[in-house]
Amino acid sequence: MTAVVSAPGAPARPTVIDRIGAAHIPLAAVLLLYPAFASDFFLTQIGGYSLIFGMIGLSLMVLAGYGGMVSLAQITVAGIAGYAVAILGLNNSGVHGFGWPWWIVVPFAVLLAATASALIGWIAVRTEGIYTIMITLAIATAAFYFAQQNYTIFNGFPGFNGLRAPEFWGVNWRDPVPFYYLCLGCAALAYAAVLYCSRSTFGLTLQAIRDNPRRMRAIGYHVTAHKVFAWFLAGLIAGLAGVLLIWFNGRVSPGTINVAAAINVLVIAVIGGLKHPVGPFLGAVVVVLMQTFAIDIVGAERFNTLIGLVFLAIVFVSPDGLLGLWSRLKPHLAQQPLRSGP
Amino acid sequence: MSESVAARLQGTGANALELDGVARHFGALVALTGISMRIAAGERRAVLGSNGAGKTTLFNAITGDFMPTAGRIKFFGEDITDLPPHERIRRGLRRTYQISQLFKGLSVLDSIFLACRGVSRRRFSLLRPAVTDVSMAQAESILNAVHLEGDRDTLVATLSHGQQRQLEIALALAGAPRFILFDEPAAGLSPTERRDLVAILNALPKHIGYIIIEHDLDVALRVSDYVSMMHNGRLFKEGTPREIEADPQVQEIYLGGRHG
Repeated sequence: MTAVVSAPGAPARPTVIDRIGAAHIPLAAVLLLYPAFASDFFLTQIGGYSLIFGMIGLSLMVLAGYGGMVSLAQITVAGIAGYAVAILGLNNSGVHGFGWPWWIVVPFAVLLAATASALIGWIAVRTEGIYTIMITLAIATAAFYFAQQNYTIFNGFPGFNGLRAPEFWGVNWRDPVPFYYLCLGCAALAYAAVLYCSRSTFGLTLQAIRDNPRRMRAIGYHVTAHKVFAWFLAGLIAGLAGVLLIWFNGRVSPGTINVAAAINVLVIAVIGGLKHPVGPFLGAVVVVLMQTFAIDIVGAERFNTLIGLVFLAIVFVSPDGLLGLWSRLKPHLAQQPLRSGP
Repeated sequence: MSESVAARLQGTGANALELDGVARHFGALVALTGISMRIAAGERRAVLGSNGAGKTTLFNAITGDFMPTAGRIKFFGEDITDLPPHERIRRGLRRTYQISQLFKGLSVLDSIFLACRGVSRRRFSLLRPAVTDVSMAQAESILNAVHLEGDRDTLVATLSHGQQRQLEIALALAGAPRFILFDEPAAGLSPTERRDLVAILNALPKHIGYIIIEHDLDVALRVSDYVSMMHNGRLFKEGTPREIEADPQVQEIYLGGRHG
């Protein structure tokens, strides 16, 4: 074996800041200090809600960005976790509500969602491209109608209400500041995990399968098994976000998992960009801000048109979403003048 | 003639690959029919034939990319006819492709690392590979063997055609192969790159056998110790490189007449 010799001028061993990524430090500072200058409304309705939808978008980014599998069923997976919490925990609807403690319900709900995601994936990976979108849309639609029409398990149209984040460690996690930090903690965990795993063996495997599944088979990989495992991991993130979502809403109903919500997740991921895990969070902030304030700008009848036009403008200018826009602007911002002053 | 070929001809060597009556039909089109061949362990075989002779289909049948319509395939004595492609790879079979099949979004080193990991138990690891990782060390070693050490962190999509062909070979060398199918590895290479290719093939450890499909006779005959000729989906002649080169029928079909 030939010894590998470092080339002259090779970069020095990375420091801790290099490993974390220098840009993450100011970002973390802003997010941690956000409650200091944000009102309760901005803390939960914008901050918390964006982080939750950012996580669901992140689960799609894992599948689509790294795995090349565009899914419209991520909100369905989140909804499965949400329904599990409502049924197994406590609710005010007088149906089910077994009252299991949160520390059993939450892991169970997240694992159930991830398992369901793996099952959806197992069906969807038989297809590629547009057909994956179609099959996951079919699954999402079927889940919506099933939840709406089934009263025995899902309590039909009204679903379950009175769902609350638990109190533990002396903190009521439903209060705005704790709930924001809960969402931030979960989102940061999911983001860091995805960023780390993107360079793990499995992360590289998934990207290689996206690029060339045939070659992956030819170097010994069971492509279907790896894709299904990616669905399982994405399901963990979507499931965790689903639990936060129903705590945020205080309820879960078929409306939580309808087709409009499914498309919303896709829009968030596409607007933000699928090339980096930060993309879905950027997309979620833009979408949540637009959905909250467009109505104030153009009134109740036209706000969806404005939202649509903004999305169209972003995708038209940059097909890679906001991340693509940034990567195009970056060289111009970093450009040094050819000559220093006169 | 190498010892393994001598052993094969005497019928005493262990066969790396045995094909019995392998056929592959695409509807009414007969791409392969009645292919039977024995290749000893460590033997280096060239398969020649004009375009459409069925050479690449033969490779696809051996690797499981296409299941054969009829016939059986044995790999080191084990019947692999019904195994999926990844199971055949895990038994030590490798291949390269006529048109490079690479991972455009990954770096050169990551690509070779994945090829090394493909046959290990840590394929699903969610941990980043350590610098001391065995697969990473193997990948670095293969990188040097195919002369890509200067491009270890280069994105595959930005490699030149010649470098992509080298990476094709690197992926096939990863993870302790026992037998490799090279599908036109010299396609599109410059004369210098062809010389490098011949050097790489000749430098392979002796226990690694291969079949090479190659239109460049200079390359094919210099890196093989036995040659099979295909035409219209059938094997029609076998012999040493010298016998094949001198055969008038081969020259008629493959070279369009006597040459030299």
